[in-house]
Amino acid sequence: MSNNIDTTPVKLTQKDFASGQDVRWCPGCGDYSILAQVQRVLPELGIPKEKIIWISGIGCSSRFPYYMGTYGFHGIHGRAAAIATGVKVARPDLSVWIATGDGDAMSIGGNHFIHTCRKNVNLKMLMFNNRIYGLTKGQYSPTSEVGLVSKSTPYGSVDYPFNPLSLALGSGATFVARSADNDLKHLAEVIRRAADHKGLAFVEILQNCVIFNDGAFDSVTGKENRTEKMLFLKHNQPMTFGKDASKGIKLDGFKPVVIDLTDGVHSVNDCWIHDELDKDAARSFILAHMTDHPELPMPFGVVRQEFKPTYDEGVERQIEAVTKKRGKGDLQKVLYGKSTWEVS
Amino acid sequence: MAQEKEKEVLQLTEVTVRFAGDSGDGMQLTGSQFGDTSALFGNDLNTFPDYPAEIRAPAGTLYGVSGFQLHFSSSDVHTPGDNPDVLVAMNPAALRRNIADLKHSGIIIVNTDSFDAKNLKLANYTQNPLEDNSLSSYKVYPVPITTLTSTALKESPLSMKEVTRCKNFFALGLMYWLFNLPLEPTLKWIDSKFGKKPDIKSANETALKAGYYFGDTTEIFENTYSVEPAKLAKGTYRSISGNEAAALGFIAASERSGLPLFLGSYPITPATEILHYLSEYKHMGVKTLQAEDEIAGICSAIGASFSGHLAITSTSGPGLALKTEAIGLAVMTELPLVIIDVQRAGPSTGLPTKPEQSDLLQSIYGRNGEAPIPVLAAATPSDCFNMAIEACRIAVKYMTPVMLLSDGYIGQGSEPWKVPNVDELPSFPVNYRTEKEGFAPYLRDENLSRPWVRLGTPGLEHRIGGLEKQNITGNVSHDPENHDAMCKLRLQKVNNVQRDIPDLEIRGDEDSELLVVGWGGTYGAITEAVDRLQKKGVKVAQTHFRYLFPMPKNTESVLKKYKTVLVPEINLGQLALLIRNQFLIPVEQFNLVRGLPLKSSDIENRIVELLGGKK
Repeated sequence: MSNNIDTTPVKLTQKDFASGQDVRWCPGCGDYSILAQVQRVLPELGIPKEKIIWISGIGCSSRFPYYMGTYGFHGIHGRAAAIATGVKVARPDLSVWIATGDGDAMSIGGNHFIHTCRKNVNLKMLMFNNRIYGLTKGQYSPTSEVGLVSKSTPYGSVDYPFNPLSLALGSGATFVARSADNDLKHLAEVIRRAADHKGLAFVEILQNCVIFNDGAFDSVTGKENRTEKMLFLKHNQPMTFGKDASKGIKLDGFKPVVIDLTDGVHSVNDCWIHDELDKDAARSFILAHMTDHPELPMPFGVVRQEFKPTYDEGVERQIEAVTKKRGKGDLQKVLYGKSTWEVS
Repeated sequence: MAQEKEKEVLQLTEVTVRFAGDSGDGMQLTGSQFGDTSALFGNDLNTFPDYPAEIRAPAGTLYGVSGFQLHFSSSDVHTPGDNPDVLVAMNPAALRRNIADLKHSGIIIVNTDSFDAKNLKLANYTQNPLEDNSLSSYKVYPVPITTLTSTALKESPLSMKEVTRCKNFFALGLMYWLFNLPLEPTLKWIDSKFGKKPDIKSANETALKAGYYFGDTTEIFENTYSVEPAKLAKGTYRSISGNEAAALGFIAASERSGLPLFLGSYPITPATEILHYLSEYKHMGVKTLQAEDEIAGICSAIGASFSGHLAITSTSGPGLALKTEAIGLAVMTELPLVIIDVQRAGPSTGLPTKPEQSDLLQSIYGRNGEAPIPVLAAATPSDCFNMAIEACRIAVKYMTPVMLLSDGYIGQGSEPWKVPNVDELPSFPVNYRTEKEGFAPYLRDENLSRPWVRLGTPGLEHRIGGLEKQNITGNVSHDPENHDAMCKLRLQKVNNVQRDIPDLEIRGDEDSELLVVGWGGTYGAITEAVDRLQKKGVKVAQTHFRYLFPMPKNTESVLKKYKTVLVPEINLGQLALLIRNQFLIPVEQFNLVRGLPLKSSDIENRIVELLGGKK
């Protein structure tokens, strides 16, 4: 039993979740590690694999379903969330997952993204954010930073990026998290948490494109920077980072500031305590927008989780309630409608 | 009540009435009530709502005029009538907009209260047409409807504004008296609609009766009229619009196939009612999703189909354009799906509330790549029921998206419908693939259809998508030979539907020189034209396409039997182009794209012209 998917737990292994197809991403692509972590976590959920469905749009990330040993659907550009909504509303008994990218979900599929979040459809959405269009060979994406030189912006991009976590929060997603392709344990844990969430789970995975945007996240997730630049969020724990947790984040009004926990002035008691279930979304937005400030570390982990009925569940309940009230419909009566007359 | 009247009752065989007023005057309601009553009385009838795209245009303006036309008769009726015999005009704008259509010596009932300086000016009248003799070729009955309504309701606790709003019931009551129709059906309707609001209920009842008694007591009408009940086949009847019929057809198809029903849709005129109706039937297990846009409407339906549901998406032309790419996805993934397009006048936003037949080529050819799908078209409002079932049957049997074309005229127009017995409806139980042994996602059966697997079936996990598929295995394939073979196979699969559909039938004189070929909602107008000519002794034949792609097996032999083939369409010649292209025969056209149904008299004139006669 996981996330309201009623199943008899079965023993499966990572191997059961491989489709046997040759994986065709570029050597060194971050997508490999995401695939490996997904295949590692899914057997732990105890859901029979025939009840797990992977749906994608278009882009490098969207080849994902072909490599999974589950049911899969490779859709059209941007529409994964809409297709997945149809599957989940029709069949709430299935565990439905979306593999998408920054172009697929935030650009051409932006409308489906915000509305699927808003509806709180019980779907798990992994967005591989490499801040570039890879499959079309290197144009800037809606998450690329201003100034990015790409094939379509040879003089640098003058376009502002989306903040994916903030967009998801603003659209009403009930589970918003971030991880990175090069932090395998953390990634596995975030995927596990997403799987367990009842409602729309959005996970932004920072993913390196070795060909067109190599090292895009090095300043944060690179070996030499990660200690100082990655802030791992833990529920009910003070926000600390740096070598030996020597630094912390203090919330100064609406402004997060870095404090030195070794300066004799500050202590861990001054740190902002992370509350995933914070009733006030304002603080979740502050966390999401720390990304926009290079002087601050970037938060990783579950930014926010909220519990409310899902859309697909609402649809089922309404059908049950109306059927209870009106009785199971009879086709002949439905055809007769409200008023008939006889011709003899 | 009717029998007590002393005034002479003139028997008529058919009458066409048009109610016209401000879009807030309740003309649609008045018209549909009149239609329901005459249907209950036993007349055959056909209705056509003609309303503006603005919900409530400023009162009194020409562009705010809303009309409802109905044609009722003691014999078969196929159209809402070309030209009204009676016009009920609630204001000067309604008179101006509709007077040109009224038959010579036709009856006009006007609400004289609204003919004040302001409304006359809004309707561009410099003089009051009721006083300047310009209506002398008509029978004009001036009735101060607003005043009479408020006098009748002087005891009502309702506000003056609410009282005035009841004037359409006064007009309706007067029309019931004039045509010797009973008040009871509308009284019953008022009770069911306003039962919980006793003041409004009572005011509407009073206004309706006041209109009726006014007719009875006033001296202005010399006589009344009566249209005998029609001789319809024995059975239980109801009144039905095309959009409701389509919705019921989908529900019936769900039950007769054993598949749960899913609709993914986005509101668009004139298709929205299909979403409304299907949303009502939760107790039939119907799931409806009002999506964020047209694309999500069809994509959610594709998801539902992939999961094993009978999936529908409903739309009109502009929405169909947006769904184009996703239809191609359903072609490639070979999933059953029905797209119903209730056509409206285009291009672009066009005339949202007006019918047209201009999406035929879009339906057959309007996709990237070679993406053939079966295309069907309903001929009348009640035919939408049959064709909705047909579209579902073909979709699941051939594992293909199917386009069903309707239009704003048959979608929103209504007619009496002999309700079928459920046991007599087509039954097409669907067996999902469950057998593991030998399974491959693109295996082919004798129709070239691939297996349908319900998600959750153990051992049959597979992946499909929009990339080209290797036949049988369903693996992604970039092989040139495979792509060529798959394009041809997908076309062959759709062509195989031809083995499974009825032949074209000929109505009228088979040995005529001229065949009138129609499709979709022009059936009524063509039929009426042909019947009328036959009565006059002119030899003429008619055939009507319900299956446009592929066409029925006997199409070529039928078309080639006639010296002249005439194709009337509410477009610039789309079926004509298809016929010329496929069969290399010359085709005569008749095309009017006025945002209105074709008139049978116009078709009649064109036939006579082609037969060498004088107009």
